[in-house]
Amino acid sequence: MATEARILTGGQAVAEAMRQIDPDVVPMYPITPQTPIIQGFATFVAQGRAHGELVDVESEHSAMSAAIGAALAGARTITATSSQGLALMAEVVYIAASMRAPVVMAVGNRALSGPINIHCDHSDSMLVRDSGAIQLFAENAQEAYDLMLIAPRLAEHPDVLLPVLICQDGFTITHSAEPVVLLEDDVAREFVGEYRIPNSLLDVRYPTTQGPFAMPDYYFELRHQQLAAMQAALPVFEQMASEFYALSGRRYHSVEPYALDGADHAIVCLGSTGGTVKDVVDELRAEGEAVGLLELRSFRPLPRHDVRTALDSIRTVSVLDRADSPGGAPPLFAELAAALHGTEVDLRSFVYGLGGRDLHPEQIRAVFTEDSGAYIGLRGAPCPA
Amino acid sequence: MPELTAWRELPLGGVVRPGDTAPPHTGGWRTGLKPVVRLESCVNCLLCWLYCPDSAVQLDGTTFVGFDYDVCKGCELCAVVCPVDAIAMVEDDGD
Ligand code: SF4
Ligand code: SF4
Repeated sequence: MATEARILTGGQAVAEAMRQIDPDVVPMYPITPQTPIIQGFATFVAQGRAHGELVDVESEHSAMSAAIGAALAGARTITATSSQGLALMAEVVYIAASMRAPVVMAVGNRALSGPINIHCDHSDSMLVRDSGAIQLFAENAQEAYDLMLIAPRLAEHPDVLLPVLICQDGFTITHSAEPVVLLEDDVAREFVGEYRIPNSLLDVRYPTTQGPFAMPDYYFELRHQQLAAMQAALPVFEQMASEFYALSGRRYHSVEPYALDGADHAIVCLGSTGGTVKDVVDELRAEGEAVGLLELRSFRPLPRHDVRTALDSIRTVSVLDRADSPGGAPPLFAELAAALHGTEVDLRSFVYGLGGRDLHPEQIRAVFTEDSGAYIGLRGAPCPA
Repeated sequence: MPELTAWRELPLGGVVRPGDTAPPHTGGWRTGLKPVVRLESCVNCLLCWLYCPDSAVQLDGTTFVGFDYDVCKGCELCAVVCPVDAIAMVEDDGD
């Protein structure tokens, strides 16, 4: 059923997924490193191979605003952004979630300014951590493509109805070419299916007011609905992933253990770093070291119970954060500390790769085997804790 | 005061559906003046209907017939836009 592997970048692979999904509306504003995604899709539209309405907006704030209107009017809607674009859009991402607009967004993760930088870290995604938008992280171009196809199903599921962000590391995935196997167009299209939402704004026979003012007597309850939708998203994702597995042979889970059986030291991370860690784990396992990896596919919702089940009997867990929180705990570490609260796990925090700094296999090896510093690759001794 | 609803019973995202809202009584916002019309001067241009922010201008089909004082908040827009000065703002007797 699957086609031959093609050599595609993550950006091209996601543009292919968009061509197959053929969304009705794509409001877009370019920003490095996601630009190849919308450029790729725009090219497909120009060639007549996709039919969505491209809306050239004047900013990412407008892109998400247009996306909400389109999605709630009854149009399947996709956009993409990175870094400052996501920062500018952040206000409206919260509104998309609260209005339950199932907008899908590809994110090419890039460090937030400042200093200004164009390379990868996860600070942009972390900025919208609490927005109510789902965040799935891809390890490579294949995963970015696969997750992009699953995204509309997840976003539009009646128990979910939330924006879904498919995050891929800027440049490391967006611009790196590797073999990617696409589904056949008709198989992908059938998997994604028709767009359906409960209340279309354009349904004149059943007119609704959407996004109304909520005073202290209702704000809390409406926010709690988003929490319930996030919880529902975990089983829905497993269901969609199992349907996708039947078509592709590629199986995804919200948390993915790698060589965790019998491990006494595990790394937890997001994104492309998981691929490098897997190589290091293979080497160390061959040398007889009991090490493993827990890769988080889903950062929002954070699959807290599965994380705890996977890690609570492991002696040491090292959390690799590609974002920091000056004056506080790095975001992924804070999640792990909450998930493992009350266990005996020796939990360690590492920050790496900010502003696109490379993380080398020997540095990952050092996390496993030495008492390496908490700020991997930082020049100079870190501030005392 | 309507009973407050638990989160599970609320429409998703707080969507307001037909029949969900209590009728508004913006008429209570008037602070002393209300519009009255001299129908004999009215040329039925419906500018007042178009401009009224509270749908307080009542029509019979497409004919202007008067004001709904339950919702008219006395903003005076209708009196300002009326091209033939058929609408006057008068002392509000609380009607
Ligand atoms: S005074 Fe204002 S609210 Fe009342 S009818 Fe005129 S325009 Fe409408
Ligand atoms: S604006 Fe004046 S003339 Fe026109 S319909 Fe209203 S009252 Fe009549």
